[in-house]
Amino acid sequence: MLATVGVASVDDLFADVPSELRLRRPLALAEGMSEQEVFTELAGLAARNVSVEDEISFLGAGMYDTYVPALVDSIISRSEFLTPYTPYQPEVSQGGLQAMFEYQTAISELTGLPVSNASVYEGPSAVAAAGYLAKLHNGRSRFVVSEGVHPHAIESLETLAHGWEMEVERVALDNGATPMPAVDEQVSAVVVAQPNFLGAVERIEPIVEAAHAAGALVICAADPIPLGLLQAPGAQGVDIVVGEGQTLGNRLDYGGPSFGFFAVTESLMRRMPGRIAGRTRDLDGRTGYVLTLQTREQHIRREKATSNICTAQALNALAGIVYLSWLGREGLIELTELLVQRTAYARTRLASIPGVELAHHQPVVREFPVRITGRLDAVLEHCYASGINPGYRLSADELLVAITERRTRADIDRLATAIEEALS
Amino acid sequence: MADPNYPDDLKYHAEHDWARIDGDEATLGITWYAQDTLGEVVFFTPPAVGATLTKDEAYTEVESVKAVSDVVAPLSGEVIEVNGSLGDNPQTINEDPYGEGWLVRIRISNPTEADALMDAAAYVATLP
Amino acid sequence: MSVTTDRRSPWFIAAADDDLTIFDRSRPGRRAFTAPTLDVPERPLDELIPAALRRATPARLPEVSEPEIVRHYNRLSKRNFDLDTGFYPLGSCTMKHNPKLHERIAALPGHARLHPLQRPAAAQGALELMWSLQQALGEISGLPHVSLQPSAGSHGELAGVLLTRAFHEAHGQQRTKVLTPDTAHGTNPATVTMAGYDLVKIGTDAAGNIDVADLREKATDEVACLMLTNPSTLGLFEPQIKEIAQIVHDVGATLYYDGANLNAIMGICRPGDMGFDIVHFNLHKSFTQPHGGGGPGAGPIAVSDRIEPFLPRPQVVRREDGSFDLDHDRPRSIGRLRGFQGNFGVFVRSYAYIRSLGAGGLREASEVAVLNANYLLARLREEGVLEHLPAAYPRLCMHEFVLSGAPMKHELGIRTLDLAKRLLDHGVHPPTVYFPLIVEEALLIEPTETETRETLDRFAAIVADVLREAADDPEIARGAPYSTPVRRLDEAGAARQPVLREQF
Repeated sequence: MLATVGVASVDDLFADVPSELRLRRPLALAEGMSEQEVFTELAGLAARNVSVEDEISFLGAGMYDTYVPALVDSIISRSEFLTPYTPYQPEVSQGGLQAMFEYQTAISELTGLPVSNASVYEGPSAVAAAGYLAKLHNGRSRFVVSEGVHPHAIESLETLAHGWEMEVERVALDNGATPMPAVDEQVSAVVVAQPNFLGAVERIEPIVEAAHAAGALVICAADPIPLGLLQAPGAQGVDIVVGEGQTLGNRLDYGGPSFGFFAVTESLMRRMPGRIAGRTRDLDGRTGYVLTLQTREQHIRREKATSNICTAQALNALAGIVYLSWLGREGLIELTELLVQRTAYARTRLASIPGVELAHHQPVVREFPVRITGRLDAVLEHCYASGINPGYRLSADELLVAITERRTRADIDRLATAIEEALS
Repeated sequence: MADPNYPDDLKYHAEHDWARIDGDEATLGITWYAQDTLGEVVFFTPPAVGATLTKDEAYTEVESVKAVSDVVAPLSGEVIEVNGSLGDNPQTINEDPYGEGWLVRIRISNPTEADALMDAAAYVATLP
Repeated sequence: MSVTTDRRSPWFIAAADDDLTIFDRSRPGRRAFTAPTLDVPERPLDELIPAALRRATPARLPEVSEPEIVRHYNRLSKRNFDLDTGFYPLGSCTMKHNPKLHERIAALPGHARLHPLQRPAAAQGALELMWSLQQALGEISGLPHVSLQPSAGSHGELAGVLLTRAFHEAHGQQRTKVLTPDTAHGTNPATVTMAGYDLVKIGTDAAGNIDVADLREKATDEVACLMLTNPSTLGLFEPQIKEIAQIVHDVGATLYYDGANLNAIMGICRPGDMGFDIVHFNLHKSFTQPHGGGGPGAGPIAVSDRIEPFLPRPQVVRREDGSFDLDHDRPRSIGRLRGFQGNFGVFVRSYAYIRSLGAGGLREASEVAVLNANYLLARLREEGVLEHLPAAYPRLCMHEFVLSGAPMKHELGIRTLDLAKRLLDHGVHPPTVYFPLIVEEALLIEPTETETRETLDRFAAIVADVLREAADDPEIARGAPYSTPVRRLDEAGAARQPVLREQF
């Protein structure tokens, strides 16, 4: 091969690399290993983690121990979905493109907005991306953000807003819900969450009215499963609905990869970030799919692009549409109602323990905070020792408890018993 | 329009825009070369009626499937009419760039600017 | 090579209802899901969620059975070309083999079922893996401080430019401009704007290198950063990189390394040694995360000492007692870019890759990637392809190279797009087309170290065949492809009248 190229050695191929820049030693990394050895080593690392299979976990706060059906694993592990690049050649990418189109339809149905993209990275950065859309749309100087929005999302927005020289004003929750914010003509967008970070179902319509009256957009970060039961934010007038897609058929993976969803009104369509699949026809009149409205994107519009996003989360979004097909129209409602019932049971059960009180009384779907004043350390310690992870610690005295379909009544009773033991 | 065509009654700007001057008003559009380079036009955002155009500055964009092009004002003036039919049929810009594919009409604010524009022969000489 | 104009799909995907969506297959009452048993006392729903907060009508998700779902998506999958099936020389995308071992390891419950808010004491394996990956990426890049958090290359770029902003602000400076070469990926200029800077483009000289004179002129004290890809998107190493770094540092700006092309230089030279301050990696390119048809990826960044205080939080650290932890206490940090700790599942795969190859293997991968690219270029020359598709810059390339289809367009009457579409009929994925923008009718070819000599020889012969065929009858390529599930699609129609979801 070297002779064909016309060089004497591999080293000669790197002639453009100045000799003083050549690394004259091996990288300070261990030498390679066999497949079997690599498996053993990394399985050893995995074994040092306490997963949701190793304890009864009530952790949530943005990602949830949901059940992923076997058919999702089966479909997304197919090479044809796992190993292609972004569908730049639509004639040989119809599978991926059609799946994107189906995914967009499902997201549009859940959010109540007509236009969904094909995915963004994940939930919190999707909120920041929605902020960028709002900035491009109206050029105003401030975001008003409910503290019911996931703290990682608020912080992600703040990180980017600093570069735009925009302010992020936080609105504290009142009894777990977002109070009416003051919105003036400098506000680019009001950001809320549904349900919010403390699990509460928000009353969004009055906030939308106030924001729209001042000409601001409304961004809602939504948990997609409760949207099966709750009013679609888009139907309540929200302009941009984004969210974390992990609970739609994706595993926990210690926080990623999952996907973010992103849906907008028709009038914001041309400011959407990311890929969008569209339906069209081929030369013979057959239905087919392409990436469309690409002039929004970085590879064409460059410094004027609506976002810099390129690689997103196509495979995770595919898991999303497969999962939603598996749940189906009735199944999504049944699942959400199951969560509501079990969560109500857990809420009542924990609130009945002396020393435990509810941190708010808003309606909830799958998550709620409790206050265990002065004794939370002892409770956590005892629960961990009992093989239970009781939830996410919000503060010195508050714990956020998440219920998924994997948490049975027996699990909830065990949690309650462990807390009782710790407090007795 | 399949073949190159540069009508003699128009004035041309180096950024591939044309003006049809009629008294103190002018109709503006993009040239055959511009639409051919872009390919099939899929979207055109008209400026608002009443907007002010400044010669040599971009006043709108036209988009094809895989390109976006600024449209540069050959003359300064105020927009008095936009071609509303392009919203649903942007391909008219390809099909009839000097006729039905016009973009905006303006009231000219500085008539002497027209002196700096090219006639068809001079413009064609600038094309690759 | 026979001319195929019969475009019927293979029998197994050519059923009559091929173009039905999962929604078209929906029938009332069908289902796959059975809810777990309601094992708590049922309360009236109105008591728990007031009716005013609830949907009046259900979301119109499909109503389908499990076998229908499986069949639908399996059949859709057969309408995709993929890396496990054939040659995929998509320039700038580094379509290297995705080892199957990595999927097995990533799926272990200790990885896949670990909650991101698990307390660090109960996530020591994950934190150690992340810490070890940080160490490895730091060594590979020559920049010791690594954050794994960004979700993809473009996200890493955004992190990097925001780090630059924080660095200048810490020195009381408000700089306004960021420089990128005109060969840059679109993500670079888009990132510059998204980080609140103005873009200034730097030209490319006749040899394909950055125009140093132009850089010198535009490098002022208003410049915050130069973003550079090296090797460049033309597949060429910047021989004057030290001088470039000097110019940039002399005006107090930072030098940013777009790691899209890192696959050319692993173990051979290091961005940190070249003078770069900030690097992003594309773990879905150089480090084998499967691309998934458009993600997931991951875009870790590595930085020099002077940038370290500003890295995103939290950082994975090793404490003095040898335990691993998440350090949130980083007062000068730019903050978070996303939720939790990043795309951990991607880190597992990339770390497995680094452990498999080791120091020597990584270097060999880059050497073979560069050898394969140069060999393919030479073979295309031998096949006569370069007569119509000359190399844009006739010199040794790194891991990829650019051809220009401009002569082909004039001499044979087919465009780069036509060549690409005709390649589909030969069972190979086309290279990247129409990028970099500065090369007319560009074709950017990256074979990667994965491919055998036989595959490269075959590809060269196929391209030569397509050109010979075009010399006889250009209409064949202009109408291609013929053998794919659909033929060329009306992209203009899709953009003019967007149909972006199923209509009910």
